[in-house]
Amino acid sequence: MNAFQISWKNLKANRLTLVLNLLLIAFGTGMLAMLLLGMNQVGERLRDNARGVDLVVGAKGSPLQLILSSIYLIDFPTGNISEEDAHSLSAHPMVKKAVPLALGDNYAGFRIVGTDTGYVSLYGLELEAGHFWVKPFEIVIGAEVARAQGLKAGDRIYGSHGLTSDEDLHDDHPYVITGVLKKKGNIADNLVLTSLESVWEMHGTDGAREITSMLLQYRSRMAMVALPAMINRSTAMQAASPAKESARLFALIGVGVDAVRWFAVALMLLAGVSVFVSLYNSLRERVYDLAVMRVMGASREAIFAMIMLEGTLLTTLGSLAGILLGHVALHAIGHWQGSPQARMDGLYFLPEEAWLLAAGLLIGLVAALLPAIQAYRTDISETMSKI
Amino acid sequence: MLQTSLLTKTFANGTTLRFPDWKVARGEQWLLLGESGSGKTTLLHLLGGLLRPASGRVTVNGTDLYALPSRTLDRFRGRHIGIVFQQPHLIRSMTVEENLLLAQSFAGIGKDVVRIREVLNALDMDHKRRAYPQELSQGQAQRVGIARALVNRPALLLADEPTSSLDNRNADAVIRLLSDLAASQGSTLIISTHDDRVKEAFFRDFMFELHHERISDQLEKS
Repeated sequence: MNAFQISWKNLKANRLTLVLNLLLIAFGTGMLAMLLLGMNQVGERLRDNARGVDLVVGAKGSPLQLILSSIYLIDFPTGNISEEDAHSLSAHPMVKKAVPLALGDNYAGFRIVGTDTGYVSLYGLELEAGHFWVKPFEIVIGAEVARAQGLKAGDRIYGSHGLTSDEDLHDDHPYVITGVLKKKGNIADNLVLTSLESVWEMHGTDGAREITSMLLQYRSRMAMVALPAMINRSTAMQAASPAKESARLFALIGVGVDAVRWFAVALMLLAGVSVFVSLYNSLRERVYDLAVMRVMGASREAIFAMIMLEGTLLTTLGSLAGILLGHVALHAIGHWQGSPQARMDGLYFLPEEAWLLAAGLLIGLVAALLPAIQAYRTDISETMSKI
Repeated sequence: MLQTSLLTKTFANGTTLRFPDWKVARGEQWLLLGESGSGKTTLLHLLGGLLRPASGRVTVNGTDLYALPSRTLDRFRGRHIGIVFQQPHLIRSMTVEENLLLAQSFAGIGKDVVRIREVLNALDMDHKRRAYPQELSQGQAQRVGIARALVNRPALLLADEPTSSLDNRNADAVIRLLSDLAASQGSTLIISTHDDRVKEAFFRDFMFELHHERISDQLEKS
């Protein structure tokens, strides 16, 4: 019978205590794992989707809202800008590349984005099947849209007005799917892309054409300072920097995340105390067990190691269960999440999770130390004389 | 095979017990008699390597017990000395068989299920080998305690008041089993008791009696 078997049998003898301690540790670790994975995914998505975009130009309003609606496609747009203004800005010498966006419609909750081929090259999109749009009302759909709705090239769909609902159907103009994009793991997976002309024709704009916003790339570092200042001061548009606004958004979420993180850490510490109390109490019942083990030939060191093993076995198992719980919970959240643009993925692993396991191990070591010392000191003769 | 010389034990309250020298040959069976408080349990613990004496020596099979480093002494005890206590104190989280397995592994002897079955059979407890201690009666538990003490074929078998918590029928059976099993595998047996039933049942060999007045210097101290 090896040390693991002995310790495990001892733990199993007190099922309720075992379950309570496992739950405590699993919940603490689970919350930390969820935060770690969730925040990493959100951060990664934010960075990934903003890659290559130096500046977003749109109607005046909240800069954060402009970034959210134009890059992450989660919030409502700030309004429209005239195509003429946008066009003249894209010809500015400090601008290397400008990608126009026209939002306003959705298909089954997936946003329909009117743009040009600049969007395709900006995000490095590739086709899984079919070809990119040529004529108005031809569309290319993201991999996730195709999967979720069971669509393929050649199918026809109807968009609806607004950004989320499927009421107010544009049933006079069907879209024809000409291509399906390869899965990129970014925002494009959840989009329906088409030409600007499709959007304009759908809404029957006569006269001044409008777009929602424009994504810009600077030609030089110089533009970083000069261009936003120029746009904000001398045009009817506003310029917002994705990097700055993402940082602001993270700082806003960060307060809540910090609170949850401290709560989880407190839960872990509480679990440590619980493990300590359980081990300490169990020693009182098991004092004869320990003395008898000594009589059978176990050394003091073996008894010490046995109690330490019990503590660490408990917390390490709890941490493992917690990490698993974190992944499952995150996956569940992703499954029921409303906005497909920022869907959480439970099958996402980080090397940092090993630290959670190490923390569990450490808590076990610390919690078991005093009880183990107590067990180490057990005097066989004294115990066995007490009957 | 067992020899003590000039053994004394000092307790925390300053009392010192002095034990007369004792010589036991291989295979002998002894009764250790004396009233409660006369130091029977203390002497038995000294013999079993459970309690370090203030002075003097205990030699088992030519090994001076308390000259050994503590880990070696633990191992020696597990391998060569079997001890039966007043209460069996079986490990509650383990079955009868696992309790005996534990004795084998702590003594550093490999797993030997055949030997476990053999000992349990000899004590008529084989049918309970998958039972947990709380499912056993007092008498059954005590017999498992004896099986645990015997499983490693100890050279020296010590029993400390093994019958005090048993009824007449069980007490008689336990003494007979201890005596027969010790004899059949060549273990030297020492039973400490103040139980008259044991004195009557234990008809052969030797008695070693501790007299309170003789071994305690309590009076001299105060």
